[in-house]
Amino acid sequence: MEMTNEIIQQKLTEKFGDQITEWAEPYGMLTFTAPKDLNLKLMTFLFDEMNFRFLTDLTAVHYPDRANEELAVVYHLHNLVENVRLRMKVFTPVAQPDVYTASGLFSSANWQEREAFDFYGVNFVGHPDLRRILNVDEMDYFPLRKEFPLEDQTRIDKDDDMFGR
Amino acid sequence: MSRPVRFNIKEKDVQNWGINMVDSPDGITGEGFFATSFDKVVGLARKNSIWPLPFATSCCGIEFMATMGSHYDLSRFGSERVGFSPRQCDLLMVMGTIAKKMGPIVKQVYLQMAEPRWVLAVGACASSGGIFDTYSVLQGIDQVVPVDVYVPGCPPRPEAIIDGFMKIQDLVHNESLRRRNGDKYKLLLESYGIQ
Amino acid sequence: MSDHSNIKLPEGSIEKQTTTLNLGPTHPATHGVFQNILELDGERIVKTEPTVGYIHRAFEKIAERRPYYQITPLTDRLNYCSSPINNMGWHLTCEKLLGVKTPKRVDYLRIIIMELARISDHLICNSIVGVDTGAYTGFLYVMQYRELIYEIYEEVCGSRLTTNIGRIGGFERNFSNTAFEKLEKFLKEYPGVLREFENLFTRNRIFIERTQGVGGISAERAMNYGFTGPNLRAAGVDYDVRVHSPYSSYEDMDFVIPVGTTGDNYDRYQVRNGEMWESLKIIEQAYRKVQEFKGAEAEVYHANLPEYYLPEKQAVYTSMEALIYHFKIIMGETDIPAGEVYMSVEGGNGELGFYLISDGGRSPYRLHFRRPCFIYYQAYPEIVKGSMLSDAIVTLSSLNLIAGEMDG
Repeated sequence: MEMTNEIIQQKLTEKFGDQITEWAEPYGMLTFTAPKDLNLKLMTFLFDEMNFRFLTDLTAVHYPDRANEELAVVYHLHNLVENVRLRMKVFTPVAQPDVYTASGLFSSANWQEREAFDFYGVNFVGHPDLRRILNVDEMDYFPLRKEFPLEDQTRIDKDDDMFGR
Repeated sequence: MSRPVRFNIKEKDVQNWGINMVDSPDGITGEGFFATSFDKVVGLARKNSIWPLPFATSCCGIEFMATMGSHYDLSRFGSERVGFSPRQCDLLMVMGTIAKKMGPIVKQVYLQMAEPRWVLAVGACASSGGIFDTYSVLQGIDQVVPVDVYVPGCPPRPEAIIDGFMKIQDLVHNESLRRRNGDKYKLLLESYGIQ
Repeated sequence: MSDHSNIKLPEGSIEKQTTTLNLGPTHPATHGVFQNILELDGERIVKTEPTVGYIHRAFEKIAERRPYYQITPLTDRLNYCSSPINNMGWHLTCEKLLGVKTPKRVDYLRIIIMELARISDHLICNSIVGVDTGAYTGFLYVMQYRELIYEIYEEVCGSRLTTNIGRIGGFERNFSNTAFEKLEKFLKEYPGVLREFENLFTRNRIFIERTQGVGGISAERAMNYGFTGPNLRAAGVDYDVRVHSPYSSYEDMDFVIPVGTTGDNYDRYQVRNGEMWESLKIIEQAYRKVQEFKGAEAEVYHANLPEYYLPEKQAVYTSMEALIYHFKIIMGETDIPAGEVYMSVEGGNGELGFYLISDGGRSPYRLHFRRPCFIYYQAYPEIVKGSMLSDAIVTLSSLNLIAGEMDG
């Protein structure tokens, strides 16, 4: 039977009930939100039972307006056999950003989680080697969070008025 | 008995080919000898046999590969042999964006080069940070090493890279032999923290 | 420790240790800046630790500041060997967000440009694999034909390498006759060149011995590592975004996907070679389809999108609506729908994905690039473990790692 978004939604609600919220289908891709403790169980279920064996993308987003749920980790999974994609979101507060790691299940999650840690400070529990990957090791802040600026603040030679910062 | 010449026997009209004949430097000519000042000879020899070190990091590196290719041949200018060891090279061509993580490495490579050494910053990113005015990009390699010639462009056309190279050749040709030991040069290096 | 059984160390002597070698960010064999700290047991690699980030330019942070049409030059610099594909991918993402359908002629012209970029990328990769095994001639010979491709780009958009080709909704100008002439010249001359290049390597004994059986990876491990593109197809999985989720009228084209078996360096070389032949076929089909448009249809080079596509300059100076649209687009006051979209295209290295979250404002709220090089470089330690040092170098270049895409 061909896998459609309705069938996936039905199977997930059968197994996990109403812990999964915010169902949506923007531009045809099934999207849902799960509580952060459930992310690994959900992905293992999708891996084993529904053949979502390809992790296309793992990234993080910072929503400073969502109180107590500022950092979101977004997983894009792909079922190569049936050619179905889905998007899973997990929210975590910025004060305690612990999320279970997916690197045990998908080896491609290893560096992508390091990148999410480097940019946003999401702490992936159980990751074998969580340290900065793209920025310099001595950096002490997480640059892609919304409160930090783009430019290098230590420059003295660029005139801010002229460059419209 | 020698064979008669069969090929290449037509008289060539070299004057009208537009070939640029380089004049010899000022000096005293005689039967079988030519005397000139030492730095002119050294300058002439050095400028036509520069060994560049292509420090290619990003897109400008691909334009450099096109410059080394047969269409825009850089080896016409004597730099047939590109080396990757700084100990053996004269010219450090930095091509591409240098991130702050990479800055100390550019400095290390520069320190390993022996005098006389020149630096060519190819591209907007190496000259001034380019379009990347961000927290992670070094805004120009002249923050870490002294630069001789800047080639603007994003990426610069191979003709522009060759133009920059020819300006380096001018610098090499006209450099005085005492420059590297003088006080001004020492002050320049000290301003970069290089002894 | 050492598994050489003919070396018998006397009792009580120092135990043999491994050597640490830094294959540093500046190295002639690493094409781009990435570092590998290798632990060697003699000549065999025991462990390797890759470090990236030496060219991190914070694209994703820059993208949160720029309006949508100013992000195209950023996407150029991702995989700079095939920048038109990145540009088209970004335009397709924006068009998906806005719900725009481009006319067929635009799609076919886009296909021509994207396949030329794919040929250009695979040419660099295959010839650099040749250079790393010692054959410099192929590289020099083939660079001349990349110059032809650059000339075609110059005719269309004015620039050679970082093209910034096209706009959201189509192209900025119609392809001139010179562009089509150059394209015909390329289609005529290039097959002969590719055949000669193949003759240099495909059945060359030395090349086969250097690359066959080296750097292999199984299909399951490749999928688990998130491989896409020629590296995954060399391992045996026929996943190609152009076929699975067709975009820009690829479904009208007739082509096959070359697939390898063992995923080693030779298979990767063959897959890229096969893809170049398929790209030539696709370009010919698309070109014939473009020539079938006659009259007014042959002048179509963009979708009818006054809200997001800059109007013609003559119209801006004469008509009121065009002036208003011009002002609104440049100042960034057009309404962009809020929402999130994920769009992927088949780049030179695999699935290049764009995850765009828009909040209705002038610039994206979050733009994430799913960069294939970053994802499959993680597998390098596993691929190269147990092989010789020189094999590791050849594997590195046959994986086609582009530093700009990796760090981004």
